Order: sequence, then structure tokens, then C-alpha cells
Amino acid sequence: MVIFSRPKSLSEKEFTYCPGCHHGIVHRLIAEVIDELGIQEKTIMVAPVGCSVFAYEFFNVDGTVAPHGRALAVATGIKRALPDRVVFTYQGDGDLAAIGIGETIHAANRGEKLTTIFINNAVYGMTGGQMAPTTLLGQKTTTTPYGRNPENDGYPFHVSEILSTLPGVAYLERVTVSTPQNIRNAKKAIRKAFIAQIKGVGFGLVEVLSTCPTNWGMSPVEAQKWLLENMTKEYPLGVFVDKVGD
Amino acid sequence: MRKLMMKGNEAIAESAVRAGCRLYFAYPITPQSEIAEYMSKRLPEVGGTFLQTESEIATVNMVYGAACTGKRVMTSTSSPGFSLMQEGISYIAGAELPCVFVNVVRGGPGLGDIQPAQSDYFQATKGGGHGDYRLIVLAPSTLQEAVDLTQLAFDLADKYRNPVLILADGMIGQMMEPVELPPMKDISSLPDHSSWALTGANGREPHRIAAFNIDPHGLEEMNKRYQEKYARISLEEQRWEEYKTEDAEFLMVGYGTIGRILKSVVDDLREKNLPVGLFRPITLWPFPYKRLEELSKKVNFVLTVEMSSGQMVEDVRLAVNGKAPVYFYGRMGGIVPTPNEIRFAFENLLKEVK
Ligand code: SF4
Repeated sequence: MVIFSRPKSLSEKEFTYCPGCHHGIVHRLIAEVIDELGIQEKTIMVAPVGCSVFAYEFFNVDGTVAPHGRALAVATGIKRALPDRVVFTYQGDGDLAAIGIGETIHAANRGEKLTTIFINNAVYGMTGGQMAPTTLLGQKTTTTPYGRNPENDGYPFHVSEILSTLPGVAYLERVTVSTPQNIRNAKKAIRKAFIAQIKGVGFGLVEVLSTCPTNWGMSPVEAQKWLLENMTKEYPLGVFVDKVGD
Repeated sequence: MRKLMMKGNEAIAESAVRAGCRLYFAYPITPQSEIAEYMSKRLPEVGGTFLQTESEIATVNMVYGAACTGKRVMTSTSSPGFSLMQEGISYIAGAELPCVFVNVVRGGPGLGDIQPAQSDYFQATKGGGHGDYRLIVLAPSTLQEAVDLTQLAFDLADKYRNPVLILADGMIGQMMEPVELPPMKDISSLPDHSSWALTGANGREPHRIAAFNIDPHGLEEMNKRYQEKYARISLEEQRWEEYKTEDAEFLMVGYGTIGRILKSVVDDLREKNLPVGLFRPITLWPFPYKRLEELSKKVNFVLTVEMSSGQMVEDVRLAVNGKAPVYFYGRMGGIVPTPNEIRFAFENLLKEVK
């Protein structure tokens, strides 16, 4: 009897992520949810620019890669063309909260029947560790070598809090995957964000506080600890919007 | 068939609907907003989708997404809006997706004005976005031609899996003329894109569409494929109109609105026994090099007229390739030259050259 195997919705392609990076865990959770909901054959994914640019090859579903920040516009185009398919985007903080914040807010505000998995690791991963909108105050990055200073760099950007004010949003939760219990919670949240779309309630987004050990300059274990001790203070976990019900 | 009196923008919109376009995304900008207004009313009547977007950047990416599904999709804009779309157009060309753009050109650069111009020629034909790519560019000079080229645009987009641009100017967008509309296409008769489109991997391997390859050799291979396609298009799709060229000893070249003005200039000059002919490119890319080269061999000079500082004239020079002198007359800022002033320009040239 097989008790643990690769989800059908994950492809055979090897992940390109660094050791200890949370992308891999989150990918697996999404694939499990797609399998459990039985929607693999009608799901279309939109990958972002950044470390997860190859995500469209890691899932066994139809997929494409959007220009930087535009995943939710691309997803809107797909969904409006094929309203009965399930369309999701997978985006990092630079992609979703900086260059693509306009597309993010407007897709959410239109209540697009889409699901977004938003990876917030407080740093630009692929370009080598520069400041993100979500970088914490005092956090050192390659473009905030003295630590993020609000006078010069502004404040940490709270995507979920901002989106929670929009009536088009049907499900919105901030989670993390840094403990087994958190992983179980995250999966439930992802599932609900998909159900919000499938039931046609509106836009669903799950913000996942994640690690970037490489650019944080930490071991995977230190990174987990730093996330729980620092990121969850600035970005409290919890459900912001739930119009899906049980 | 019955002719209808229509405004250019509306005629293009109706023609698109009849060509099977059921998805239209756009952000309003003068002088083409009537296309959006028309689509917002018309598309729901035929079960289509109209969406007013938050920006031209969102627009072009929605077009990208919708084109990924293989359905007929269009957007329209005017010059500054078209500039904002360039990144997305580069992606769409790289992903080899069929879709139609309409740019109703106005005066520039910058915010410019809202009057008709032709100063987006470089951007349209030489690639305004990054990378080695080409758009098929069609330039109507009458509203009937705008209607017909809109049909052709969707067909060429499907045939070559390439974005097609209808480059009109504010004059074409805003004027009214009687047009004969084509019949409504049956959506089920449109080309089948199921071999590559994103529709959900139902009973097949997943389809993946992307304009990137991190491996330079892989990316070069992709580029070679694009270039082969562009070479094929260049060979097969050159289109133009000639007017009184059989015995012409002088040639005028102009496209779009200028093309139709030049017709009356040619007629005026012919009345004065000056053997002038008109060459009007219909495809700006591929530019009709071959035929223009042939014609230029037997004329004393070529006069190119544009509503720009002289952009297409560079392609005219390439085509003529030294076989005749090439001169240029242009107005900028959204000014449409009158037939009289063009005639004077020609006659002055005649005096100088003699
Ligand atoms: S750079 Fe950071 S976010 Fe990117 S794969 Fe490595 S650990 Fe993950």
C-alpha cells in the first residue's frame, strides 16, 4: 500500500529551489489540493517572474509565465476566456506587491474568480537579495545595507490587510509553513482559496510567510526561527476574509 | 449588400465581432475610445466579454492570457497607450500567440495631442518592445479597407500565431463613411488551436506557453524559429495598392490617410499632364519592398509623404536602393497636409530637380 507519494499534479521535473526554501513545500501543498479537489484537468497556472519562474513546469497542469508583476492580468485574460476552468497564480512579493500591485488590487477588487498563492519572504530572491516592499524595518538586504530605514525606504507593505478592505475578495488568509501544524493550516487555507473560485464566490488569496535562507544569509533552521520570531510579528497570521463558509 | 454609414472606430469594432472576436480588453484613450464603447454594448449581445481594464499594461497582459486559450481576442488604443503595451507585445510575440491590436495613432511624442498622426511607424514596424520580433502591420486608408483588414488581421494572426497590428490614424478612427460589413463568422468554423492552447490538460499532457528559455542555446533556437516564420511572412504577405503607375514617371508613396490624399494629388497633377503615380503600402511590415523597387527603376524621383518627420521614408529608401532619388514631405504635430500643399511640394521639387 502506498501511503505517501508524489501528488499527480506535480510533474517529475526537479525543483530549482535552494535548500530550505519554502517554495517546494508550498508547491506540494498546492498540488495535493488540486489532486484532492479533482481539478487537475481543468486547472491552468500562471507562473511569475522570479525564483518560481519555472513553476509552470513543476505542475502537471496547463500553464504559462506572465511578465513581471502581471500574473493576475494574464490570469484574468485566461479566466474571462474560459470561465469554467480553475486558474491560479503563484507570485512572490516583488512580483505581486511591488511592480504588480496595481494588477493585484484591481483583480481582487473586480472579484475575479481566481486563486493567488502569494509567497512573502521579505526579500527579492532571484535578483540576489534586494529590498522588497515587505522587507522588515531594520532588515539588511543588498540595497538596504544599513537596514531598512523608513525615512528612506518606506514601511513594510501589508498586502493582506490592504486587500481585506476590497469587497471582491472572497477568501484571504496569511499562513506560514514553518512548522508541521502551520503546514496543515496552510493547506486548509489554499484549499479554501480554490473553493472560493470553484464556487464562484470571488477572489481568493493565501499569503504564505516564507524563508529565503540564501538571501537572508542563514541556515534553513535559522531561517525558520527568524521567520517565526520576526516576520509573524510584523505580519500576523490569521484569516482576514472568509466568505466561503465550511 | 447594403452599405451602412459608420464611424471608423465603430466599423473596426463591428468587423472584429464579425471576425469572431469575443474577448476585448481596453483602457480608454482618445481618439479611439468609441471602439471600447461599441464593444461594451456589442460583445454581451453575442456572448462575448468586454472588460475595461485599469491600465494599458494590464490590458496587454489580459490579451496575452486570453490569447493563450486560442480564442480570438483584440484590444485597441492610441499612441501613448500603445507605448505602455510594448513589453507585453514582446512577450506575446515570443510566446507566438495570435491576437489583434489596433493603434489609432495620434500626435506625439509624449502626451502629444489627439489629432491624427503617423509618427508611430518606427515603433509599429521595427519593434517597440525588446528582443528580435515582428508584428504584422496593416494600414487602412479607407473605412471599407479598415473593415476588410480587420478580418484579415484575425486570419493572419491565426495563420502565423503572431500578433497583428492595425495601424490606423485619428482620421480613420473618427471619420464617417459608408461601409459594407462582412457576414458574421461562425465561431465553430474558426481555426482549431487545441494542439497548443491552454484549456486544462483534460486527457492529454499539459500545454506550456512561455516566451523564455534560460539556456542561451535554447533561446537562440527559439529565435531562429521566429526568424524563419518572419521570413515566410515577409515573402508571402507583402500588400500594396498602385494608382496610375503604368506610365508613371514620378512616384508618390504614402500610407493610410496620406494614401487617400495622394490619390487626389495624383489626379490634380495628371490634369496638368504630369505623369505621376501612387504606391501605397498596405502592409507596413512586411514592407512591400519588391514591388516598390521594380517601380522605382522607371521613375525620375520618388516623393514620400507622411504625417511624421519621416519614418516610413527609411523603408522607401531601402526598397528604392539608389535606383531613383527619394524625397520627403511631412507634417507633424497631428496636422493633416492638404492636397494643395502636397502638390506645391511636388511642383517645387520638380523645379529644383530640373
Ligand atoms: S533565492 Fe530564496 S526564494 Fe529563491 S529559491 Fe533560493 S531560497 Fe528560495
